[in-house]
Amino acid sequence: MATGAEVDLRTRLQNWLPKLVLSPSLAMIFVFVYGFILFTVYVSFTDSRILPFVDKNGQTTYELIGFSNYEKLFSLSHWDISVMNMAIYAGLYIVICTFIGLLLAILLDQKIRGEGFIRPIFLYPMALSFIVTGTAWKWMLDPAIGFENIVQGWGWTTFTFDWIKNRDFAIYTVILAAVWQSSGFTMAMFLAGLRGIDTEILKAAQMDGASNWNLYRRIIIPQLRPAFLSAFVILAHLAIKTFDLVIAMTGGGPGRATELPATFMYSYTFSRNQMGIGAASAVIMLMTIAAIMIPYLYSELRERKS
Amino acid sequence: MTNLKMALKASVAVFALTATSAVAEDVEVLHWWTSGGEAAALNVLKGDLESQGIGWQDMPVAGGGGEQAMTVLRARVTAGDAPTAVQMLGFDILDWGNQGALADLNAVAAKEGWDDVVPAALQEFAKVDGKWVSAPVNVHSTNWVWANKSVLDANGIAVPTTWDEFTAAVETLAAAGVTPIAHGGQAWQDATVFDAVAMSTGGPDFYKAAFIDLDSEALGSDTMKEAFDRMAFIRANVDDNFSGRDWNLATAMVINGEAGFQMMGDWAKGEFLNAGKVPGEDFLCFRFPGTTEQVTFNADQFAMFDQGGVVSDQQAALASSILSPSFQSAFNVVKGSVPARTDVSDADFDDCGKQGMKDLAAAASSGNLFGSMAHGHANPASVKNAMYDVITAHFNGEYDSETAVDELVTAVEIAQ
Amino acid sequence: MSIASQDAGIRTGRVARTFIYLVLLLFALFYLLPLYVMLVNSVKPLSEITGGGMMSLPQVWTLEPWAKAWSTAQIGVEPTGLRPYFWNSISMVVPAVAISTILGALNGYVLTKWRFRGDTILFGLMLFACFIPFQIVLIPMAAVLGTLGLSGTTAGLVLVHLVYGIGFSTLYFRNYYAVFPTELVRAAQIDGAGFFRIFWRILLPSSGPISVVCVIWQFTNIWNDFLFGASFASGDGAPMTVALNNLVQSSTGVKEYNVHFAGAILAALPTLLVYIVAGRYFVRGLMAGSVKG
Repeated sequence: MATGAEVDLRTRLQNWLPKLVLSPSLAMIFVFVYGFILFTVYVSFTDSRILPFVDKNGQTTYELIGFSNYEKLFSLSHWDISVMNMAIYAGLYIVICTFIGLLLAILLDQKIRGEGFIRPIFLYPMALSFIVTGTAWKWMLDPAIGFENIVQGWGWTTFTFDWIKNRDFAIYTVILAAVWQSSGFTMAMFLAGLRGIDTEILKAAQMDGASNWNLYRRIIIPQLRPAFLSAFVILAHLAIKTFDLVIAMTGGGPGRATELPATFMYSYTFSRNQMGIGAASAVIMLMTIAAIMIPYLYSELRERKS
Repeated sequence: MTNLKMALKASVAVFALTATSAVAEDVEVLHWWTSGGEAAALNVLKGDLESQGIGWQDMPVAGGGGEQAMTVLRARVTAGDAPTAVQMLGFDILDWGNQGALADLNAVAAKEGWDDVVPAALQEFAKVDGKWVSAPVNVHSTNWVWANKSVLDANGIAVPTTWDEFTAAVETLAAAGVTPIAHGGQAWQDATVFDAVAMSTGGPDFYKAAFIDLDSEALGSDTMKEAFDRMAFIRANVDDNFSGRDWNLATAMVINGEAGFQMMGDWAKGEFLNAGKVPGEDFLCFRFPGTTEQVTFNADQFAMFDQGGVVSDQQAALASSILSPSFQSAFNVVKGSVPARTDVSDADFDDCGKQGMKDLAAAASSGNLFGSMAHGHANPASVKNAMYDVITAHFNGEYDSETAVDELVTAVEIAQ
Repeated sequence: MSIASQDAGIRTGRVARTFIYLVLLLFALFYLLPLYVMLVNSVKPLSEITGGGMMSLPQVWTLEPWAKAWSTAQIGVEPTGLRPYFWNSISMVVPAVAISTILGALNGYVLTKWRFRGDTILFGLMLFACFIPFQIVLIPMAAVLGTLGLSGTTAGLVLVHLVYGIGFSTLYFRNYYAVFPTELVRAAQIDGAGFFRIFWRILLPSSGPISVVCVIWQFTNIWNDFLFGASFASGDGAPMTVALNNLVQSSTGVKEYNVHFAGAILAALPTLLVYIVAGRYFVRGLMAGSVKG
């Protein structure tokens, strides 16, 4: 039999073990995420140009310049365009992906023959990187060789589809390609949610003579709340990080019509040698993300506790 | 706060400036020349070094005309692991040189006599505080016009030498139902055209005042407005589908006879040659109308990074190989550019290449050689990109000429 | 379980079913279109592409672009094709995915079965970390890797992917284990089983579905990453995406679009394979875990 002291030690070790297991991950997150965020905040208050803490004369002396990077940032029409585009892009992207994802999930859930064949077709775009699917999209949307040309070839000679060349509509073509990439993934999340629904309630409702429409509207869709929330988190995260897609499809053009905050930040930090302004834009981005995500995380996590 | 500042400063200084060398016998080269011809030409350099017993660690990162490579470079320098040599353009070299991050090549330069063979305008981008810091590979000139000869002949058009002749030629082509100007609507292409148009509109003094000295009077002048008006004329004579097009597809339009002219740097020649076209017979190359005397240039160089305060034998060998006449000739014949040293024989070059070498020498001696704004040889990256913003916004109809001039003045102010 | 809602029998008429199939078919076409464009242009000679026939089938079929992309295309100064870079990616992805999945599973286990004060806040902090845009961490990350002496090594690259993958893998496992009956864990504890023994014997055996989800997610993200690969790998050790980028983004040379597309498909094959092979478990895994409260 173990002595009392040994038992005590063992219990204490067992008590500490979970925290010990968690600590490497936490340490990494604190250094590599939150530490780096603080670093970025600090850079945003300096006159850093080509490297952090290096001023434009190339001296490793730098000045703390207060909020002037933020003042410059908000005076740039370039930034206004990026923010406006983000609002349009994220809004439509999330709504359309959710709608198509839900629609396809419901349709696929109707005992479809060949579901195992169709599902990977909906899902595969998520597996591809935009470094090159961007080129395929660029071609398909190009009026001279893509859809417009083909439809005109069918005899509808007045058909026009030149959105990618049009400043006012180009952002919508970026949304189209983004929806192509992630709506299948959203579908998978909703399908999983549908398959997890308690069948007893459905049977009861059907007994009461509820129509399919009402069945979905009143009973099934409300039960998908967790799926909606997960989809929102994943889609919001993808929307904010959108970068390759724009670079590959439009390069931010025509003109500056499809710039997004991520492309803005990259360009100021790395191509324009104005790291201070780039850092300021990153801070604004992070604050926006926090403003959206913290209430969500709070409500989600608190609910789970109870 | 001061303590934090000091600590950060010290740590960054350590990260940024103590460069550690890779493997002693190797040179590591960061570049973005990954397309067939360019990479093959660079392989000549690699072979040259290997014959001297020096290994070549290749570090290619393509994309965005070197933008990706510059991002990677920042990461490498911050990590204290700078490559031996990095392909670089214009003001980037000066920026890195001012950080003290580049090596002092004066000993090699003196031995090889670089001061005598490299044009002064180019030396300005290869020296910092009187020290050679990088080895120039080539000189591209950007104010070329490429034309399909049979299209021009069919419409009775002679090579235009003035803006008025050019507008007449464009209108003739438009009336004949040919797209007059092939163009790709990307910011750097718009700016390449603007470079030539501004030079042609205001002449070399204006170009220098506006783009190199960033004189706000010149930037906001009526001449600048006139230049924007001329851009609007060009915009009106490209096809509807120009936006976002790669430059080489625009070149293909000229090759196929769908379009008459393209304004593009000398690298466009490679596309014609690859399509089996002969300079002078199938296609013509000439300076943008009104800039016959001038050459706007950009030059690819290999900036040599400081490897702990000493220039190693390998680094020195790399630098002198880059400037050796044999490599300069071999590389530039493939690349379409002209050698960075003026004493290289033009025997292996075609007509356009010979013309380019002659123009360069003439412009260099008559003070008509200027760094290209569009290609980062007139002003720093921040200003260049601010100009891009305005030029491309105007070209795409977001601003009229008057607004564009105002925006240009403000944008340059903010970026400085 | 996968036929649960179908048992309930959402009844649909023949017209409605035809309509459903039609809609599904249309969407399938929409999803396949870019792949068609890539495939069809990867088996054409370049002249047919620049001649303008982007959507049409090849007049001359050729596999040469594929061979070229794989083994002779110019990536750097030497014409190596994508082949050598393939193994670089594998040797980076496998450890990164394995470690981040294991850590995610352990984290999820602790956060649901060994709860302590403040664990929810810690989880919230880990989750928020998923949203950090990668562009801003580039420079400080380089500094850290340099200090650790990991700059330009595969180990460094694995570390980077590990750090930024851990938020999502923890999320997946936490939500999955949240619905796992805690009574089983308590019972085992009373029997004297320790922390790792419970994990190994009780939770791990039933973690198959969520592991598939986690592995698919991590594998896809890490395989497709370009920014970190380009910045933190040495030239020879660069992953596939960097090589692909060098192939397609060459600046002033002739653009061989057929080779580009062949290369793109080659680079995407592993992820495509993962989706197709593991896809059937994917929905099951999502169902079992991440979309439930």
